[in-house]
Amino acid sequence: MAEVLVVVEAAGGAVKKVTLEMLTMARSLGTPAAVVFGDAEPLVAKLGEFGAEKVYVAAGDDIANYLVAPKATVLASLVKDVQPAAVLIGSTQEGKEIAGRLAVKLDNGVLTDVVSLDADGTATQVIFAGSTIVKSAVKGSVPIVTVRPNSLTPAPQAGAAAVSTVDVAVGDKDKLATVVNRVAEAKGARPELTEASIVVSGGRGVGSAENFKLVEELADLLGAAVGASRAATDSGFYPHAFQVGQTGKTVSPQLYIALGISGAIQHRAGMQTSKTIVAVNKDTEAPIFELADFGVVGDLFQVVPQAAEEIRKRK
Amino acid sequence: MKIVVLVKQVPDSGAERNLRAEDNTVDRASANNVINEMDEYAIEEALRLQEAHGGEVTVLTMGPQRATESIRKALSMGPDGAVHVVDDALSGTDALGTSKVLAKALERLNADVIICGAESTDARGQVLPHMLAERLGVAALTGARKLTVDGSQLTIERQTEEGYEVVTAATPAIVSVWDTINEPRYPSFKGIMAAKKKPVETLSIADLGVDAGEVGWAGAQTTVKEHTKRPPRSAGQKVTDSGEGGVALVDYLSSEKFV
Ligand SMILES: Cc1cc2nc3c(=O)[nH]c(=O)nc-3n(C[C@H](O)[C@H](O)[C@H](O)COP(=O)(O)OP(=O)(O)OC[C@H]3O[C@@H](n4cnc5c(N)ncnc54)[C@H](O)[C@@H]3O)c2cc1C
Ligand SMILES: Nc1ncnc2c1ncn2[C@@H]1O[C@H](COP(=O)(O)O)[C@@H](O)[C@H]1O
Repeated sequence: MAEVLVVVEAAGGAVKKVTLEMLTMARSLGTPAAVVFGDAEPLVAKLGEFGAEKVYVAAGDDIANYLVAPKATVLASLVKDVQPAAVLIGSTQEGKEIAGRLAVKLDNGVLTDVVSLDADGTATQVIFAGSTIVKSAVKGSVPIVTVRPNSLTPAPQAGAAAVSTVDVAVGDKDKLATVVNRVAEAKGARPELTEASIVVSGGRGVGSAENFKLVEELADLLGAAVGASRAATDSGFYPHAFQVGQTGKTVSPQLYIALGISGAIQHRAGMQTSKTIVAVNKDTEAPIFELADFGVVGDLFQVVPQAAEEIRKRK
Repeated sequence: MKIVVLVKQVPDSGAERNLRAEDNTVDRASANNVINEMDEYAIEEALRLQEAHGGEVTVLTMGPQRATESIRKALSMGPDGAVHVVDDALSGTDALGTSKVLAKALERLNADVIICGAESTDARGQVLPHMLAERLGVAALTGARKLTVDGSQLTIERQTEEGYEVVTAATPAIVSVWDTINEPRYPSFKGIMAAKKKPVETLSIADLGVDAGEVGWAGAQTTVKEHTKRPPRSAGQKVTDSGEGGVALVDYLSSEKFV
């Protein structure tokens, strides 16, 4: 069976969930083979647990110090060597960028934001604010697919995870954009927004940055990530990185709780495919109630602290 | 400094959008077609560069005839002129093909800086900027929330999952921007009047030396086989808080095994 290359997303020495999803997805098309950019050592065992038969490793300054292009070059030469059945990449900003370059290098089609993949290569995408489902395919020989986090449940399967080092031979054209600084921002212990199984988001109704503590408190009690509407990020209540919606992150958790969010179409675009939606809003006409499985019409400053207290009691 | 800004016309993301039953392409006839939101930030950034460093700003669009409305709208914000690639053979073109055509047009324009949106609201691809950089062999500074220019050196800040990174490159370069980078200006009345007289060059794919077989349906490397509307979510239970709303909420969460 041909290999399926899975580009590993990792942070802080840990494999991200989307990688495990991709390794799971890859099995229907061929033999999963992971591709690690950077230090693979802390990742190999986990990749093996989820079915990676091989782990290709490309590391060094040429990979680390320049934006995107070197990774695409390495990946393109790997594709030529192993002739994979497909290349799966996380649907993150960098993942899509690598996919774009790879598509040009291989003169092959690219499908972004894919949520499932059939054995014949047919991909499913959810588009237009979650309103339309599209089945598409790549005509060329090597489908390049970016996979949206939280699209499926990763299933363990033993794989050999045989490590093989890849030559990094990149040219000057790959070294035009130099990363001069990487600044880590404190993230706390909360799960990552796009991968969390519960997301608690606050909107304009939360009223201030100070009040967002209320959203965080509920999130922490539920082991959830915190999100925000654009009105909340634009008003400086919460950092922009946490915006959910059309121009922010797309999330698809088991549970999405919207606090003081009206449910504008652009906000829905980022959360409409959540499994269960709960809303608290003082306006009974708020459009968010049209899609909420459970809604409380009320003042969030009453409802949320009471809910938090109640959860504590029941724990 | 010669600046080219990429502008795409898209169906308004604030209204219902559809694919056409017959060919699975975006239904533009029934939609309210607008400038892709991120591209307004790109136009603004281009104009600010021009204000600080001089030179000329040209809008580049590939799209059907009706995209001229968006081109005029873009010009009313202040750019000097536009190039519109329009050709019947382009219908059905995918991202890869679009990058081929735009790269050819960009080769003619010879820009120092190409600015575009980080993503389009219809495709949400985020793929075009790097596709173009790959084809043109220029630097790509993508996903910028901040851009500074020092002579021919460009530096951006880009948000990442872990924080942010600072990336630098010399011109020529392509820069893609998010909505956090600036606040786009509104066209003035004078700007709207002036836009009507600004030059808009139209180019066919033959003008660009692109073969019909490389673009459109024939050239597409991806196909949409079918599409279906997702059934709209239906409203569930709604309770009005009269002192016990928080408890009701937790009751629901525990009935669904979240608590
Ligand atoms: C091109 C474009 C892209 C966009 N992208 C995004 C995006 O990515 N994400 C996004 O979120 N938006 C986006 N928007 C903006 C979107 O249209 C809405 O403006 C935004 O989602 C509104 O945020 P909100 O619901 O927090 O604020 P509002 O619409 O102002 O709603 C606040 C809600 O809080 C309720 N409320 C107030 N006080 C209380 C209280 N004490 N208790 C309970 N409820 C209370 C109110 O009843 C109201 O329903 C975009 C818009 C455009 C044009
Ligand atoms: N047909 C087009 N004409 C001009 N610019 C485009 C076109 N398609 C995409 N772009 C530019 O590329 C950016 C990213 O698009 P995408 O990769 O489709 O998300 C957009 O914000 C535009 O600036």
